[in-house]
Amino acid sequence: MGMEGIGARVARKEDKRFITGKGKYTDDMVVPGMRHAHFVRSPHAHAKIKGIDTSAAEKMPGVIGILNGAQLTEDAIGNIICGWMIHSKDGSPMNMGVWRPLAQDTVRYVGDAVAVVIADTKAQARDAAEAVVVDYEPLPVVTSAVEALKTGAPQLHENAPGNLIYDWEIGDAAATDAAIAAAAHVTEMKIINNRLVPNPMEPRAALGVYDEGEDHYTLWTTSQNPHVARLVLSAFYNVAPENKLRVIAPDVGGGFGSKIYIYPEEIVCLWASKRTGVPVKWNCDRTEAFLTDAHGRDHVSTIKMAFDADNRITGFKVDTIANLGAYMSLFSSSVPTYLYATLLSGQYNIPAIHANVRTVYTNTVPVDAYRGAGRPEATYLLERVMETAARELGVSPAELRRTNFIREFPHQTPVIMCYDAGDYDASMSAAMKAADYDGFAARKAEAKGRGKLRGIGMSCYIEACGIAPSAAVGSLGAGVGLWESAEVRVNAVGTVEVLTGSHSHGQGHETTFAQLVAERFGVGIDSVSIVHGDTDKVQMGMGTYGSRSGAVGMSAVVKALDKVEAKAKKIAAHLMEADESDIVIENGELKVAGTDKSVPWFQMALAAYTAHNLPEGMEPGLKEGAFYDPSNFTFPAGCYICEVEVDPDTGVTEIVQFVAADDFGKIINPMIVEGQVHGGLAQGIGQALLEGTHYDPETGQLLTASYMDYTMPRADNLPSFKVSTTETACPGNPLGIKGCGEAGAIGSPPALINAITDAIGNNDLTMPATSERVWAAIRAAQ
Amino acid sequence: MATVSMTVNGRSVSGQCEDRTLLVQFIRDNLGLTGTHVGCDTSQCGACVVHVDGKAVKSCTMLAAQADGAEVTTIEGLASGGELHPVQLAFREHHGLQCGFCTPGMIMSAVDMIRRHGGKLDEKTVRAELEGNICRCTGYHNIVKAVLDAASKMGDGARIAAE
Repeated sequence: MGMEGIGARVARKEDKRFITGKGKYTDDMVVPGMRHAHFVRSPHAHAKIKGIDTSAAEKMPGVIGILNGAQLTEDAIGNIICGWMIHSKDGSPMNMGVWRPLAQDTVRYVGDAVAVVIADTKAQARDAAEAVVVDYEPLPVVTSAVEALKTGAPQLHENAPGNLIYDWEIGDAAATDAAIAAAAHVTEMKIINNRLVPNPMEPRAALGVYDEGEDHYTLWTTSQNPHVARLVLSAFYNVAPENKLRVIAPDVGGGFGSKIYIYPEEIVCLWASKRTGVPVKWNCDRTEAFLTDAHGRDHVSTIKMAFDADNRITGFKVDTIANLGAYMSLFSSSVPTYLYATLLSGQYNIPAIHANVRTVYTNTVPVDAYRGAGRPEATYLLERVMETAARELGVSPAELRRTNFIREFPHQTPVIMCYDAGDYDASMSAAMKAADYDGFAARKAEAKGRGKLRGIGMSCYIEACGIAPSAAVGSLGAGVGLWESAEVRVNAVGTVEVLTGSHSHGQGHETTFAQLVAERFGVGIDSVSIVHGDTDKVQMGMGTYGSRSGAVGMSAVVKALDKVEAKAKKIAAHLMEADESDIVIENGELKVAGTDKSVPWFQMALAAYTAHNLPEGMEPGLKEGAFYDPSNFTFPAGCYICEVEVDPDTGVTEIVQFVAADDFGKIINPMIVEGQVHGGLAQGIGQALLEGTHYDPETGQLLTASYMDYTMPRADNLPSFKVSTTETACPGNPLGIKGCGEAGAIGSPPALINAITDAIGNNDLTMPATSERVWAAIRAAQ
Repeated sequence: MATVSMTVNGRSVSGQCEDRTLLVQFIRDNLGLTGTHVGCDTSQCGACVVHVDGKAVKSCTMLAAQADGAEVTTIEGLASGGELHPVQLAFREHHGLQCGFCTPGMIMSAVDMIRRHGGKLDEKTVRAELEGNICRCTGYHNIVKAVLDAASKMGDGARIAAE
């Protein structure tokens, strides 16, 4: 490893602009003639639209235009789609209800956009939006998925009787039932996975610009995947043809999944720019973000885990009801199915698994992938039930897990996934050592002397990342392939540009992707530029989600680097009259191995472009592209241990220690990987301890729609973390990378809840474990 | 409409704005200084923190007109003479930022915190004082490290000098 190569703890190249206030986010963009949009949103969770009266609003100062769904229909703008087809177990396709970018006839959640006002200033647009009069006829409301399935519940979509989107299953029901019937012990639980609001700190924004002269469209947008946005806007929403549409996702202030999707506002801004003849910018305020950004989680599950007399798991049965909100968001159908139930084997040998999942419409914000997406829900079930079973069986939670660990690879689970590599004992041992697990009893006794209840909890997670082999996901219903592209351009002076379809919205790609080039060619990372986020610059790519930029995005870069290296060696061999198989690249030079002959990197590059002396038949230039399609998911895994102290008088939980030991395979930049873990842990701890999303069940109003009401983790809610890594290389990609973006959010909630329930002696505790809930649980146990 | 004049990053500026214009809007829209960010509408997130007359202020909590005549420093004005401020350097060295959106407010709050506490800052105090700045990326771990390191490097001298 060089100073800046693979494995080096290099400070980030992109930081300078962010620490000096020179980052360029979508809302920072200003173009000549730009006007501002404000959306008129439904204050009702469910209502018929009887009429829209814009006459007063049209006369307000600065108003340029007011548009609604009728005009969308005039211009044949398409419905918002869900891009992953799931079939129910009876073979019928999922029931996708109509979602118009601006609601027509019916609104189905508070915040559903009904009209848009375009005006000279933001304030004028907002003022005029308040003067738009929409005549609503309120309809009955349902916000809970369990309630929505009941007979007589309000119905959201005509084509989804009983509000059921699909009733899907995976695994072997008969074998699992037989295992439970024959078990020496069965642990049963009902588990709620609470709804979360992603809350990247940058609210969504869009700036649509139509150029009449060129009949060309540009959209600046807060996207994790600008090429997917261009594809969908073109192919499905009919806003602009792909060759006439440029989508730019400049600096993006966090995503966590919520910026994967192409929302109504982006569609409308782009379309409205042509319709009104002015560039249209929209910037979401925070309450709008709560009301419209796709939420995460929201599962209710009943589970049974069966053990034999040796405490070996013999079967695992899961029945889940998942709330998908009022409409099906872009990848919503895949989250509670193939991103969830395929991980229900965890780190364990489980011979029989069966999961049944019903997804349901309710009068709430659509639910889609949020950091972890399905895998936190699976891990939470498994790791709560493992800890609970250990308590019931009277064995240590660590021992019960060890008894059931998978130790031979590859390992085919009963739920599709084939794990390629791992060492779960190693991460558990590392975590237990770092946490001084053996010393816990003494610490608990000491805490008791201070009147505090001390508890310890463990979680061993696995996830499937690098999403994913295109043919495999295609066979499971995905509407897209999930490969990645890269292009490496060596300039005539030897500097390098890497164009990638991956998108960085905090992950540090401008540094880590450059480290790959530094490692390969010995050029400094300051001589390498990473270009991303602009469909006019970068060829088609699939973007960043599912911890895929390393395992898939970097693999595409490696493929392109291989091609560049091969050509560079040919040129160098020709220049030095040597055999190309003897050329090695070291410290920025191409050398003939075993001799003192060398050509500096830049000189080889210059030769490629002067083309005065190239091998016979070789094309000038040095630029190569590659598409990489993964052969399998990757399987990061790890062990988290949380230790808490609970105040029995107040129910306040203090996290006194949080240890993470992760196996991410090969690591490019440990500093950045640690940062990803810290952030994931904070989001998982937020889910477990703080973040509750509450709807009023009668009216469907989102009661937690601001930072006054929804508890975001603050610095003083969290400890400093003890993080470390173990390593088994991923055999499925050239760098051996598994991915690290989601692990923290996946593994931490059960560790924390296991710790609190251990401390208070009551296993009946629902996330978020607020002090009120913990206090009540303590009282209930007495 | 009101005419508002102030000194921003050492430069005298004035502009016309509606009476209801917030300081953050004036900074971003009138002056084009887009380093100061807006992350919420309830004065909780702290992405908009600037210094007004030497003290950290959420620029969404005051009207531009209230800052008339004030000395305002934004993130763009923190580095002096091409030299990054020690807090900026510490955020980079300790990976105290990921997406960068909360970072300007974090840094401006941290500078004010160090001004008030000098080198005596400890982790508990830093965490308590960051209550008004929300970050969704870093889990605060490296932000706390960066603030403590900058405080230690700047020492008590920073506090006295600022006063």
